[in-house]
Amino acid sequence: MDTKTIRPDEKALRIVGTRPVRPDGVPKVTGLARYGADFALPGMLWGAILRSPHAHARIRSIDSSKALALLGVKAVITCADFPEQKFEFVGPERVAINFWHTTRNIMAREKALYEGHAVAAVAAINARVADEALRLIDVDYELLPHVIDVDEAMQPDAPLLFEDMITRGVEPAPDRPSNVSKRIEFNIGDLEAGFAAADEIVEMRFKTAPVHQGYIEPHACLARFDADGQGEIWAASQGHFVVRALTARLLGMNIGDLLVHPAEIGGGFGGKTVVYIEPVAAALSRKTGHPVKIVMRREDVFKATGPTSGASMTVKIGVKKDGKLVAADGVFKFQAGAFPGSPVMNATMCGFAPYDIANVRSVGYDVVSNRPKSAAYRAPGSPISAFAVESALDTIAARIGMDPLKFRLLNAAKAGAPTVWGPKHAHDSYADTVQALLDHPAYTAPLGKNQGRGVASGYWFNNGGESSATVHVNEDGTVVVATGSMDIGGSRASMAIMAAETLGVEYEKVRAIVADTGSVGYTHLTAGSRTTFATGIAVVEACNKVILELRARAAMIWSVKIDEVIWEDGWARTAGKKPGTREPLSLKGIAAKRAVTGGPIGAEASVNAGGVAPGFASELCDVEVDPETGSVKVLRFIVAQDVGRAIHRSYVEGQLEGGAVQGIGWALNEEYIYDAAGQLLNAGFLDYRIPVASDLPMIETILVEVPNPNHPFGVKGVGEVNIVPAMAAVANAVNNAIGRRLTELPMSPPKVLAAIDAGSGG
Amino acid sequence: MAKHHVTATLNGNAVEFLCETQQTLLEVLRDELQLTGTKEGCGTGDCGACSVTVGGRLVCSCLVLGVEAQGKAIETIEGMAEGTNLHPLQRKFLEHAALQCGVCTPGILIAARSLLACNPDPTEEEVRYGLAGNLCRCTGYNKIISAVLDAAREMRGV
Repeated sequence: MDTKTIRPDEKALRIVGTRPVRPDGVPKVTGLARYGADFALPGMLWGAILRSPHAHARIRSIDSSKALALLGVKAVITCADFPEQKFEFVGPERVAINFWHTTRNIMAREKALYEGHAVAAVAAINARVADEALRLIDVDYELLPHVIDVDEAMQPDAPLLFEDMITRGVEPAPDRPSNVSKRIEFNIGDLEAGFAAADEIVEMRFKTAPVHQGYIEPHACLARFDADGQGEIWAASQGHFVVRALTARLLGMNIGDLLVHPAEIGGGFGGKTVVYIEPVAAALSRKTGHPVKIVMRREDVFKATGPTSGASMTVKIGVKKDGKLVAADGVFKFQAGAFPGSPVMNATMCGFAPYDIANVRSVGYDVVSNRPKSAAYRAPGSPISAFAVESALDTIAARIGMDPLKFRLLNAAKAGAPTVWGPKHAHDSYADTVQALLDHPAYTAPLGKNQGRGVASGYWFNNGGESSATVHVNEDGTVVVATGSMDIGGSRASMAIMAAETLGVEYEKVRAIVADTGSVGYTHLTAGSRTTFATGIAVVEACNKVILELRARAAMIWSVKIDEVIWEDGWARTAGKKPGTREPLSLKGIAAKRAVTGGPIGAEASVNAGGVAPGFASELCDVEVDPETGSVKVLRFIVAQDVGRAIHRSYVEGQLEGGAVQGIGWALNEEYIYDAAGQLLNAGFLDYRIPVASDLPMIETILVEVPNPNHPFGVKGVGEVNIVPAMAAVANAVNNAIGRRLTELPMSPPKVLAAIDAGSGG
Repeated sequence: MAKHHVTATLNGNAVEFLCETQQTLLEVLRDELQLTGTKEGCGTGDCGACSVTVGGRLVCSCLVLGVEAQGKAIETIEGMAEGTNLHPLQRKFLEHAALQCGVCTPGILIAARSLLACNPDPTEEEVRYGLAGNLCRCTGYNKIISAVLDAAREMRGV
């Protein structure tokens, strides 16, 4: 078995924690499920987007007359077809959005800021005519010097993407513009005193490459607009309510005039939390009066949608001889891409979060350069700072001769420990994930020649927030659960499990669906590991409202007060003074009498879920390094993650397995490679190589279940923290195998070989 | 230019379609024949999402022209189940939760069926190499490999 649970449940649950077949499974194995690109409407046009071939260029003019003259071309649009947006950062700082930037990212205005930046779009009778029309659009570019690397972008003489950008978060404000959008700093304790008290100090520099989320389904959508300004969109996204809000804002329309249908989504990992093509298809449809479909090419997905940031980082750590961490200092410089908004704030907060350290400084820089705007990717920011911090911790543990897991256990943050951003930790399950690895026989298993073992840990906030669900009891006693959460990896199954458990009915009697934006209340993104937690709370609340109604109906049938009716295991029973005096009524029995007891039975619950508990994970990796080629083979990989409680065990394991493998790809293979002109050289799956089945062993998962007291079933959110330790775990294993520390990702064969050669030479 | 008239067998049925010279089999399946179960992940033969068989041979349909289907037998995901009887691979994928988003699943099922036709009793390593041309970004492949091995066992009758 590759799964074991520690701390088994005290409370018996019937369905939670089992592995039923997902309700949306059959259409997904027969090819009938409809994803973003699978929709069509009568009279549909095909949209295509013209993209900048240059990394940085002023757009002097766009002449679309030849394209418009081509037979079959119905419209050409540019930035002029989208209203200007106010320059302001809205929302919490960690995820702030500035629509002045967003509208420029979906369609360039003054300048093209990266190769692949959209500059115009056409709608035509078919895809081939649309592509031909793109070649007829004449854009007059004035080429500008560009900058790709984050350290170079921070130099005083670097080419500026925005000539008026003054760094936020610096007092007094700089008097000169730069590519640094923002500086943030967190402090606790006395850093200088902390380092002064340390017996051993390490200071190391790290670099990571931007990597793409690599979802297999390219972005795709279909938009239809009516003459009265109302519209509909079918799109694959991580949140159709967010697609609706962003698209309406970018088109200057009322949210209520836009209906968004959730297509099945072919992977997102954060990359489909924003819009690229939806407003463009909508604008083309609005202009032509026809439905417009846009499907991105893979090359464009790489060039124009968000990878996560590459980074340049320095981490300094001080420790006492006995292993106690006394000071930590991190400086994290993140590529935001062409517009501000890297996940650097998360990185500064999460990097040291697993540890109880009294004196910490964590500094972040959000830096623009001529690359696609970064987008969220699985625990955005945290894996990057974790790579640096966990590599440095491994180094210092070795220096004081301490076992790396016992070192982490000694310094593990428990409830009450400080965080660098202020509040104290409220949960202490991190140590359990470390202990799970310490207890695993793999930790002491012998290693062969050229093999090495590494461990690392990670932290992620997890998220709550706004979610809605409706629960309806059908006339035959079956139940429909509708939520506004996109199902990206089995969430319909989780919702059905939680509803069946709450109502006391069989899993197969509950069908869970994803409702469109007109049919259920606002629900935020399927992102941030929030869906099973927050939407789960909405589902359970709606079920509890339904139970209240079922008790009322039973009370009416029995002519008793509702207080005398209890709901138990799917049955209404009499309680109070006369328990068991009536034959219990099943949900089915009550449903059959719904018409004569008041009509349809159902409820909606909308929540803004608080009480989120963070995710902790610790991982073990064994590698074998080929000394001839520098190739690294992962032999063993174990993820120990606190999942709160697993609702659908298989899909929870699946999150851990998938996150680990994405981290392995990030560690060993994946990177954006640019040439001197700022053009991406590897915009395809052949040269941007994500892990394939033959690269990998079976990923072993340990579900540590320390229930979250703030969720009816103890859910903590499981989707993201598993990727956080992965790159450091691999790097620490490589270090153990070859005796050389690699501080730059990816650890591709040439870099590993160079490290081996440097070692043997020196 | 006039379109080509192509006749072929699709999932056991006679089919005819018109296509342009440069249209790929993938485009024909999805846009002309409305069989959208075959997915486009890259258009360059690197991801395997568009896997189908032509004349019994496993191919990326994005690398085959529609006109090349002339006279051939094409099998797509839509023809894998027999009516409401799922193929053992389809059933095992559901039982093992071998899909998360599911967009790579049609291609992987087609590739796995071809693999088991050549090698009914593969080792784990043989399944890993047999499916190395099919990218999955969600699962880390664990449950896909387990499902294929389990389906192989069932299909061998053990």
